[in-house]
Amino acid sequence: MLANSPFAGSSLAVLVLVGCALLSWPLGRWLRAAMDPQTASGPLARCDAWFRRLGGGATAGEHGWRRYCVQLLVFNVVMFTVGVLLLALQPGLPLNPDGKGALEWSLVFHTGASFTTNTNLQHYSGEVAMSHGSQLWALMWQQFVSAATGLAALTALARGLAGRPLGNFFVDVQRATFLVLLPLSLLVACLLVLGGMPMTLDGAVQATTLEGAVQTIARGPVAAFVAIKQLGTNGGGFFGPNSTHPFENPSFATNVVTTMALIVLPMACVWLFGRIVGNRRHAVVLFAAMSVLLLAKLGVAMACESAPTPAFAGLPVAGDVGNLEGKELRFGPGAAPLWAVLTTCTSNGSVNCMHDSLNPLTGLVPMVGMWLNETFGGVGVGMINLFVYLVLAVFVAGMMVGRTPEYLSRRVEVHEVKLAVLAMFAHALCILGGTALFAATSWGIGTPNDPGAHGFSEILYEFTSAAANNGSGFEGLGDNTVPWNVATGLVMLLARFVPIVLPLAIAGALAGKRTTAASAGTLAVDTPTFGVMVLATIVFLGALTFLPAAALGPIAEHLQTVR
Amino acid sequence: MNDLFASLRVCLATMLVCVVGYTAVVLGFAAVCAPDTASGSLLRAKDGTVVGSRLLAQAFTRPEYFWPRPSACDWNGAAAGGSNLSPCNPALAERAQQAIARFGASAANPLPADLATASGSGLDPHISAAAARFQVARVAAARNLPAAEVQAVVDRLAVAPGPFPTGERLVNVLELNLALERR
Repeated sequence: MLANSPFAGSSLAVLVLVGCALLSWPLGRWLRAAMDPQTASGPLARCDAWFRRLGGGATAGEHGWRRYCVQLLVFNVVMFTVGVLLLALQPGLPLNPDGKGALEWSLVFHTGASFTTNTNLQHYSGEVAMSHGSQLWALMWQQFVSAATGLAALTALARGLAGRPLGNFFVDVQRATFLVLLPLSLLVACLLVLGGMPMTLDGAVQATTLEGAVQTIARGPVAAFVAIKQLGTNGGGFFGPNSTHPFENPSFATNVVTTMALIVLPMACVWLFGRIVGNRRHAVVLFAAMSVLLLAKLGVAMACESAPTPAFAGLPVAGDVGNLEGKELRFGPGAAPLWAVLTTCTSNGSVNCMHDSLNPLTGLVPMVGMWLNETFGGVGVGMINLFVYLVLAVFVAGMMVGRTPEYLSRRVEVHEVKLAVLAMFAHALCILGGTALFAATSWGIGTPNDPGAHGFSEILYEFTSAAANNGSGFEGLGDNTVPWNVATGLVMLLARFVPIVLPLAIAGALAGKRTTAASAGTLAVDTPTFGVMVLATIVFLGALTFLPAAALGPIAEHLQTVR
Repeated sequence: MNDLFASLRVCLATMLVCVVGYTAVVLGFAAVCAPDTASGSLLRAKDGTVVGSRLLAQAFTRPEYFWPRPSACDWNGAAAGGSNLSPCNPALAERAQQAIARFGASAANPLPADLATASGSGLDPHISAAAARFQVARVAAARNLPAAEVQAVVDRLAVAPGPFPTGERLVNVLELNLALERR
């Protein structure tokens, strides 16, 4: 039957995951060639020459971490400003066939911050609030360049760990946009068009239903938008209900394509990292460790979601197909938990079912994904987040054996570990501090859609999503208020740039150190033992930080259903 | 200052290529390869008026039509959405009880779960084959047709959602009702 067919559900997962793992390898090779070209002639070198001409004087030279971060931040400030201006001026700009009006100021700030930071948390409903012009000029454009920012930052980090200058951000961001994201998006958008997704600049159409009622059907340039939404781990939907909407995900086939599109680049980023730091076996270990986490989360989600909707206990409703609240039928069994896990392993945040209506323990899995935020993670930034865990893992391992820890032949010392702990701490503080503030004050009380523990979960999920730059939500939350817009807007900005700048600072510090020759006492980073060490670091740090909050929300709610 | 100019230049270049160029190419591809679905998979009556989209559910309340899944957005094609209720929320049980009464389900003849639950979009165009079977008697009676004849139309239109043989087959409600009207 529908959801309770383990065979059909897991076949889809196998198809998507094995397919993406295989595709990620050649894609990783291309990422390396495009992002960090090693030749001085040929087509890629000619592209680089164009990029330098396009960007002007600032594209000359390779820089250390400070200058690279300044370039990245200046570019992102401009990106934010341009996006906010375009949104604020919406009523006067072209491509507005349905006459969408002005947006409220805090929503403009929130949306600008959300799309600049690759989060795509949406406190509006696309087809209600946004003109086609805003969707394309502001939002889709930011989906390209924010993902490119992440890819550039990872490339720079890896260069630093290889002992090289970090590079030039303006060249890197163009490489990522034009050589990686653009061709992939074109390919995926065309596949989605063939899969039946709308792609038109026309406005809404009025239908007269068979019973004589009027149904207004909103349309738009959906296929182009959705391609980069998925590939760039952006996740912001063209329509309010994101990829549950039949226009944003018309069929089983488009669901497979978009599910694959959301994980393939984060997977390839691991190979990009391994190739630049010059240790592919290390990348294999990291890939395997992340896969273990992914499969564990997937197993829990699929098992929990095959239980029937708890509220229907005792009612004459067939209970053999799992929980269908908030789910579409056309994606087939297992598609919803698979997407829910992948979209929160990566920092995508698009949804193909309503996470608010997932069974309590299933709903915990996406939160765990965002708390850890490194199971492949966002384009570029996921691997950067994992790097922070790596620094802590080698530090802890070094403590255990009483040796100064090393990573990739360079000594990890107090300065680097301080920065890594600060990055971890910022993530936890944004989530737990924000949740505590809103759960205790009028800013948050009264905004949840559900009573009791689930209401707390809605607040916790919202701050988790903002801090992980994810963008999914327990969407019942009434979050389009000034306090929510301002608070999560600020959290997104902090949680985007602190975890990029601090790791680049660590890489910069490591790049300046002499390499030490490997000896019998050196911690080898390309062995299964190291993989287990990394996993243990992630799980223990994550559990210690977030278990109390989980107990108040999803776990408490689950226990209420067990009587 | 140099960085600011470079940022502006790169922003402009990426906007021209990734918004104007990219959108134009995909629009052109759609216009050539899939003009019908690209404009919303609209279904038209004989006189050309749009009766709906093949991809979107619409409200059906009369007994002679098959009814879609419940919708938290009242089948609004311009403001879609799900209930976002926790699966433990008593409000879900209340809504399910209304559906049970409306569809006439009982302990001996339980309601298929898709008819008790709202989809994420509120516009899910499909119901399961079991949910269609559940409604055949009502539709056949309202149309003065033998149930077997209505069931035959359902069977003709029911398709598996994916390539895996174990998934239950689905029926597009609007297409099913159109097929009944046109037979």
